[in-house]
Amino acid sequence: MFIPHTQEDRQEMLDKIGVSSVKELLSQIPQDLLYPALDLPRALSEQELTAHMQALAARNKPLKNFIGAGIYEHFIPAAVNALSSRGEFLTAYTPYQAEASQGTLQTIYEFQSCMCALTDMDVATASHYDGATALAEAALACLRLTNRTEILISAALHPHYKEVLQTYVRHQPGVCVKEAPLGADGTLDLEALSQRLSDKTACFVLATPNFFGCLEQAEEVSSRVHQAGALLTAVVNPIALGVMQTPGSYNADFAVAEGQPLGNAMNFGGPGLGIMTAKKAYMRQLPGRIVGIAKDKNGRRAFVLTLQAREQHIRRERASSNICSNEALCALNAVIYLTLLGPAGLAEVAELNLERAHQLAERVGKLPGFRVKYAAPFFNEFVLECPVPAKKIIQKLEKKGLSAGYALGKDFKGMENCLLVCATETKTTEDLQAYAEALGGIK
Amino acid sequence: MKTILPHNALSLEKSRPGRRGVRFEQAEKHASAYLPEAYLRKSVPKLPELSEFETVRHFTRLSELNYCLDGEFYPLGSCTMKYNPKAYDVLSALPGFANVHPLAPESAVQGTLEALYGLQELLKKVTGLAAFTLQPAAGAHGELTGILTARAYHDARKDFKRTEVIVPDTAHGTNPATAHMAGYTVVNIKSAPDGRVDKEALQQALSDKTAVVMLTVPNTVGLFETDIREIADRVHKAGALFYLDGANFNALAGLVKPADMGADLMHLNVHKSFAAPHGGGGPGAGPVGAAAHVAPFLPKPMVELKNGKYTLSGKMPKSLGKMKAFFGNIAVCLRGYCYLRQFDGQTFRQIAENAVLNANYVRAALKDKFNAFFDCICMHECVLSINPAEMNGVHTSDIAKRLLDYGFYAPTIYFPLIVPEAMMVEPTETESKQMMDAFVDAMEQIYTEIQTEPQTVKDAPHSQCVCRIDEVSAAREPNLRW
Repeated sequence: MFIPHTQEDRQEMLDKIGVSSVKELLSQIPQDLLYPALDLPRALSEQELTAHMQALAARNKPLKNFIGAGIYEHFIPAAVNALSSRGEFLTAYTPYQAEASQGTLQTIYEFQSCMCALTDMDVATASHYDGATALAEAALACLRLTNRTEILISAALHPHYKEVLQTYVRHQPGVCVKEAPLGADGTLDLEALSQRLSDKTACFVLATPNFFGCLEQAEEVSSRVHQAGALLTAVVNPIALGVMQTPGSYNADFAVAEGQPLGNAMNFGGPGLGIMTAKKAYMRQLPGRIVGIAKDKNGRRAFVLTLQAREQHIRRERASSNICSNEALCALNAVIYLTLLGPAGLAEVAELNLERAHQLAERVGKLPGFRVKYAAPFFNEFVLECPVPAKKIIQKLEKKGLSAGYALGKDFKGMENCLLVCATETKTTEDLQAYAEALGGIK
Repeated sequence: MKTILPHNALSLEKSRPGRRGVRFEQAEKHASAYLPEAYLRKSVPKLPELSEFETVRHFTRLSELNYCLDGEFYPLGSCTMKYNPKAYDVLSALPGFANVHPLAPESAVQGTLEALYGLQELLKKVTGLAAFTLQPAAGAHGELTGILTARAYHDARKDFKRTEVIVPDTAHGTNPATAHMAGYTVVNIKSAPDGRVDKEALQQALSDKTAVVMLTVPNTVGLFETDIREIADRVHKAGALFYLDGANFNALAGLVKPADMGADLMHLNVHKSFAAPHGGGGPGAGPVGAAAHVAPFLPKPMVELKNGKYTLSGKMPKSLGKMKAFFGNIAVCLRGYCYLRQFDGQTFRQIAENAVLNANYVRAALKDKFNAFFDCICMHECVLSINPAEMNGVHTSDIAKRLLDYGFYAPTIYFPLIVPEAMMVEPTETESKQMMDAFVDAMEQIYTEIQTEPQTVKDAPHSQCVCRIDEVSAAREPNLRW
């Protein structure tokens, strides 16, 4: 039972308190508010609840998934969940008492280190809610750092990220968000980008791979952004960084990412894992928790939450963010995943993603009426232009047990026939073939 | 008492070049076959290289350095470290839920949507509010959602003069930080001597510039705002919205409906008040409920039931927009749904009553040695306070560290800010009398030590893998990565 007290326990406790009933303890609540009718359904036993949840889970159709668009299906080694589900990690709180929380603190330090290594950036935070909120918080930091008022974003930024960014910055006085358009190859139009950069631009938000899967000419973008005196915030894919040029290598000021691909299940899109890394100079403007190394009084290495003067529990309305709980357990999954893979494993899985997506693109791009829309290099997803509306393709393939991709028409006008298709290492050669065959009959 | 564990090396320090934990099949071609040279990574990332077994050892060892609820009493005030049934961990992670893509066709995700819809409906019943969004990822994220919802409400009425949010000085730091993030000016008001809202101060602060009043109920000193309806009336009379911070809702569910208290907006913490483990700092979930007049402004989308199908495609033209990518921390929300299905109204009442009973028991047992700052019946937590001058120079932080030696995690300390040397103790509803008695014994022994050997307390902890940590040195020359 959830409540452990026996009648005897309860009586002894009431005696100690010096009241005669539990209701007496509630005398500070206005009596006309107390004990409202709740009208809840009958309580289920654990066995009944289990059957109910299993039935609900079975109502989801297990389609073979070819959707990416911000959440990616990857293989998760068994050791990841076996370790992170240990009660010692799962049922600990935010590590306020550092001496009794060294396990969690060290894993966060190792997570921060791995994120810096992946991105080639100087510092990382302990985590944010997801990639979109990490981006929004990075943009707020850029506004503070530059005292400028414009955030320029790639037109091919994830539509949800655009919306969340708008939500977060809309009420900052004088701040606006503008878009830099794409060229015909699915990447930024560099001339148009230069024209839109100005001495008002606080930061440019570069996504590479962008929402259409295309890789950007990051170095060229970076130099144009910095020439305008703006900061560069890169939105990246952590698995792609196994083989791709890093934000640090092209001089990004902030790099953010959705970390779900690192050892976290898709879970219908949440929890995610917001990754934020930055140059060292911006360390004291970072939002949220950060773990650092300190010494105990015997000179031994120890881990603590640090730079807390930025945070809400100290600084209140002058804090760099209101964030408190983050996604510690998801960050733990990520660091276990990366520890299992190491640099070689990460490169391997990244190459497999490249290969499967390119093999799929080659197969389906040749089908009559279909073509791979953009010529730019891509990682594990690409836009497929179809002879019929993408929605129809999705409906047809669902009947064959396939989740065909994401229909772009909902977010991008004029792209009703475009399907964003993803193939990670989880898709076998047979899966790719089945997908191509299922598309084959459609005209 | 935990045994002393040896120092734990970093994974990178255990690393040996060429070791691997996991192998994937080899791609046929190298990355350079698919990407131009300029797009390729130039250097190998400095990640650890361990075998799977070494990785398992490494993280198992690290886990052993943690105190956790499964192992220890964890009386962190305001954090509600109560037991979360293991069934919910298993059921929320069923492959049918875990392996679902958020953009899969709605016809393929009806099971997940039905559970989320069910959760929305149950939250409405428990609170009496008209609608709930499941999008916020944590309590503070819920606060921001709520305040931005209020802002969208005022903006839609073209009531642009409202630029202030009123917050009492007992509030969690997230309240003022949230109001600031939403572009509002924060007006702090002092509490009355009894720890509750000072109604005079509130009345003086209220004006036609007030957008929202944020209040935590029960408040952070563990007291119910007895005049809650009068407060709500005054807030409404000023044209402002009344926001309830539901951080302490475990002590209210089944006893009082927030809607009856006059709440326009409220966030709940699925991970504290209901049923999800805290994971060492998240993920949580912070659903936000709204009264009917504010509901249209909540984030989009919400799960709707149309013609027997669950859908996320409903139009919400007045919505403030999106608070996060996709739809929320679904795995956490599923746990909340499990919890609300496993108990009925009668049981929720008992759960809340036991939260109150337990806190008062600990308060009654300790108040002679450790001053109960507000010496009255409390709700779900009690605030103790000491005077170091009467305690041989021992501070609250010393007592917190010494408790670790006795096998207990520490209470929340130095909060709320209005109580000097505060210790905020929240036993929660799931602790047994025997465990609380053991905690009280430990506190009494520490009290004796303070009289007889205070240095033992000041030097604590003596049982952990590290001694007292110099936190200031970490901030001076930050070492934040290898």
